[in-house]
Amino acid sequence: MFSDFSAAELSAIFAMQGFAGLILFAVFVLMALGLAIIFGQMGVINMAHGEFMILGAYVTYMTSNLFASHFPQLFGSYFLFAIVFAFFAAALLGALVEWSMIRFLYHRPLDTLLATWGLSLIMQQTYRSIFGAREVGVVIPDWLMGSYQLTDMIEVPINGLFVMVLAVLATLFVAALMYRSRWGKQVRAVVQNRPMAGAVGINTARVDRLTFALGCGIAGVAGSAFTMIGSTGPSSGQLYIVDTFLVVVFGGAGSLLGTVASAFSISQSQSILEFFMGGSMAKVLTLLVVVIILMFRPQGLFSLKVRR
Amino acid sequence: MDHSNDSKPFKQTRRKFLSTTVTAITAAVMMASMPMTIQAAAPATAEVNTTGLAVTDNTVKVGILHSITGTMAISEEGSVQAEILAIEQINAMGGVLGRKIEYIQEDGASDWPTFADRSNKLLRQDKVAAVFGCWTSASRKAVLPIFERYNGMLYYPTFYEGLEQSPNVIYTGQEATQQVLAGLDWVAEEKDAKTFYLIGSDYIWPRTSNKIARTHIEQHLGGQVVGEDYFPLGHTSFNSVINRIRLRKPDVIFASVVGGSNVAFYRQLKAAGLDMTKEDFTLLTISVTEDEVLGIGGENIAGAYASMKYFQSLPNENNEAFVKAFKERWGADAVIGDVTQAAYLGPWLWKAAVEAAGSFDVDKVRAASPDIELTTAPEGYVRIHENHHLWSKGRIGHAQRDGQFKVVHETEELMEPDPFPAGYQ
Amino acid sequence: MPFSSFKDYMPRQDLLAFVVLALLLVVILPLTLDVMRLNQTGKFLSFAFVAVGLVLCWGYGGILSLGQGVFYGLGGYALAMYLKLEASTPENTRIQTTPGIPDFMDWNRITELPWFWEPFYSLTFSILAVVVVPMIVAYLIGLAMFKRRVGGVYFAIITQSIAAILTILIIGQQGLTGGVNGITDLRTLKGWNIHTDSASYALYFVCVALLFACLLIAQYIRRSKTGRILVAMRGQEDRVRFSGYDIANFKIFVFCIGAAFAGIGGAMFTLQEGFMSPSFVGVVPSIEMVIFCAVGGRLSLIGAVYGVLLVSVAKTVFGENFPELWLFAMGLIFIGVVLGLPNGIAGLYATYVGPHVDRLLDRIFGKQTPSEQTQPHLESNSQGATP
Repeated sequence: MFSDFSAAELSAIFAMQGFAGLILFAVFVLMALGLAIIFGQMGVINMAHGEFMILGAYVTYMTSNLFASHFPQLFGSYFLFAIVFAFFAAALLGALVEWSMIRFLYHRPLDTLLATWGLSLIMQQTYRSIFGAREVGVVIPDWLMGSYQLTDMIEVPINGLFVMVLAVLATLFVAALMYRSRWGKQVRAVVQNRPMAGAVGINTARVDRLTFALGCGIAGVAGSAFTMIGSTGPSSGQLYIVDTFLVVVFGGAGSLLGTVASAFSISQSQSILEFFMGGSMAKVLTLLVVVIILMFRPQGLFSLKVRR
Repeated sequence: MDHSNDSKPFKQTRRKFLSTTVTAITAAVMMASMPMTIQAAAPATAEVNTTGLAVTDNTVKVGILHSITGTMAISEEGSVQAEILAIEQINAMGGVLGRKIEYIQEDGASDWPTFADRSNKLLRQDKVAAVFGCWTSASRKAVLPIFERYNGMLYYPTFYEGLEQSPNVIYTGQEATQQVLAGLDWVAEEKDAKTFYLIGSDYIWPRTSNKIARTHIEQHLGGQVVGEDYFPLGHTSFNSVINRIRLRKPDVIFASVVGGSNVAFYRQLKAAGLDMTKEDFTLLTISVTEDEVLGIGGENIAGAYASMKYFQSLPNENNEAFVKAFKERWGADAVIGDVTQAAYLGPWLWKAAVEAAGSFDVDKVRAASPDIELTTAPEGYVRIHENHHLWSKGRIGHAQRDGQFKVVHETEELMEPDPFPAGYQ
Repeated sequence: MPFSSFKDYMPRQDLLAFVVLALLLVVILPLTLDVMRLNQTGKFLSFAFVAVGLVLCWGYGGILSLGQGVFYGLGGYALAMYLKLEASTPENTRIQTTPGIPDFMDWNRITELPWFWEPFYSLTFSILAVVVVPMIVAYLIGLAMFKRRVGGVYFAIITQSIAAILTILIIGQQGLTGGVNGITDLRTLKGWNIHTDSASYALYFVCVALLFACLLIAQYIRRSKTGRILVAMRGQEDRVRFSGYDIANFKIFVFCIGAAFAGIGGAMFTLQEGFMSPSFVGVVPSIEMVIFCAVGGRLSLIGAVYGVLLVSVAKTVFGENFPELWLFAMGLIFIGVVLGLPNGIAGLYATYVGPHVDRLLDRIFGKQTPSEQTQPHLESNSQGATP
């Protein structure tokens, strides 16, 4: 299929194809990071994860409107504010949900799945009542929508770069929090042995609430970033849920490194397959391979050894 | 709402129905001033309803069946609004055969079995005289056997793939050949396009449209299809296909991506540096109306061309009145896409057919439907073909930054609907 | 017969529940509902097959499958393929390029019936396929996963992914499967029109009869030694394993039974609605099916049937009257049931109504002997299903 193209063209295309894979990788990391915390650390299956992402997207939408009407001179940089707002909005709602619902269900992980599914329905309908059934168009500042001309053949989309930078920052932030801070130590202690953690004076309820809120907040950040590449509508969140869970499970619950590794392998294979075959078959093949690997290695790529 | 300019909502081509029509219009006009005379003017219920439909001396029930929840609510909201507006306008003019239209709205919930279930209810329990509804092909396919079995009448607004011609459906949108051929002919002539890249969502409408497009490109335009790709509904990463497009350098990207994927596709296209305003290639879409542009953002799709039969910016009196009425009813921010306009035609076409038939009976309405014409249609003029599709003009719109399309081309003649195009199968 | 007496198989409270349900489905509903609503009820009941299967898998086996839609879909498609072939006679499809094949194949330029459609010309094969194909798929999934001791949450997410894969596959291969439209416009079964009023009645009763057959089989499993092992396993998997039982085989067995039930349910839907759609296969309907079961009570076979009826009726009533409120209501039902009623309606009944009924029965039939009183299955109200 490549015989009629010059070597220069082909190398440029492969370079850009590699970059496309990296963008997808960053998207997957952002999607999965919040869930990796919630599911991996707490064992809660949050089916409303996609809806928390869309909350971030709607917050971005409202922020853009706010800036357009009140601070038009700052419009170019509203996106940075929007990401912060999205984080706190989603985190607050997450804390509320944890307090009102999740904390009663820690010993019944499968039931969290059903309850959060119910929550996702309510959130979807709320969005529909407030913002209407139609998609909203989030206006992205011009500097984020262009592309950067690397050579005369290779162009790099700036929003892709932005998503990648954001993914790296978010991952570093979470990693630092989890493995370098006192609070992270508490979280890991609670995960590994709840009664003992409580016995040594850790306020496990508070740790749980903050962990859940953090996971939701990162989902909000992801949603905010995705307004650049995807659609923002009441039920857009459902598109992400299967992929997200698969990334987390494939990586091995509880392992941040695993999540990143699995996001990398899934995104690369999907992106490469998509280039050679249609989108539908690429997706089926990728998912199928992941499921088959999971059947042989149920603990995922990286697994944390925890005494059960 | 002032509809004095709508005093002649349709023109009969068949002389024998003219008298009934005049009576109906007279009745409608008199209704406002002298309610006492209506009973005399309106034909008796026993006469206009011999099949047990929900028709009383003063009212007639119809159904509206769209998704107002779920993923398709995004698209179907406009159709619901247009149908309600049309019904209200008709009622303000005195209704149909002296009877006010009452609508029963059901939610298809973006789920095809639910559509089937609700259409069952509308036809068997509510006994509605007509149903305005459905959007996706899948929902239409799900309800079609039910309409045929219980002899209902469905006015279906969406542009669709053709390959269908049911006695129980009036298709008020374009079928695939009308949309595809008009678009391709224009782009081949105007932009001297030779190579085409076809990309669509993975279901029957894009696949059929592209099948027709490929045949037309290869056999009639002497062009070449350099790529054809499909993506699952809801797919959001298009960077790989964008790279392939870059490699193939087509003159035209022919896009039939639908739903949320649209937003992702156009935003990523723009971010990848494929700028449609520079005109080094042409993007021709058959799936983006003003409704979709809301989500995509006008600045991200500016420069693309769309092949439709209607655009909100269409400069004619009918359309100006329609846009004004629509915005008064549904808010100044409301936008009107191709399907919304087609949905608006439904109640008017039904009214015209009922009055031509002098009866609400579905069989008589069906018999009267061919050649019914609508001179007040926002798109200008439409006429029902023998095959239950509409004769209408094809138009090309050029997407602007403000989210509107500028009409750059209009076919001279009405295009004949051809749901089973010979040579394209 | 592993049961020493009928009472062992069917304690009198269970018997009462079966009889009441039978009265409702066989007598009361057909007498009170018009044919359209009865047909609708029949379609709801097709989900009850799935819910009954889920009671066995989830309530008793502790394995939560979020992919029951796969089996429902496989069963439904198996029968739909047969009916579609019957509907696609060369006379009915004259206008096609290739007469005699289903219309959607012709639209996708397929000129020859694909090989895997061939056997579906046979009704016997199709009916067998309704039950056997879901079982084979379930067996393969179960074999791969339970032998490696994958369970709980992982199993749920993997089955969910399988549902997603199958949906994309069905929609993507529309020339072979009918795509997103599904297989539509099914009219006759061996020349018998399935859409007449009399056919609607007949199919309703067939559906109810099959549902009771499944319920009785499920009851048999529940009351047998297998059922007891399942319960033990759900609570303390390792202890059962160390007692010498092969846990995986029991799980595979019950998962296969659940899949077979779901397949029958799908086939009954196809017959009563006259079409099959990929929208049943996906993630959302699969989760809804779990909700049916949760509302009814995950430990009660009969409760699951009521759960299906209740949620479906609520869905229809809300959907027809206040569609905007439906998602709120449904969401609240989920949350409420999970938080407040972990054993669903059946749990409520067992707590508040059951004892009174028991006393009433005592008064009428005399006191039960202690051995009959054992109700080993309603003891736990916490889920032992840990990952």
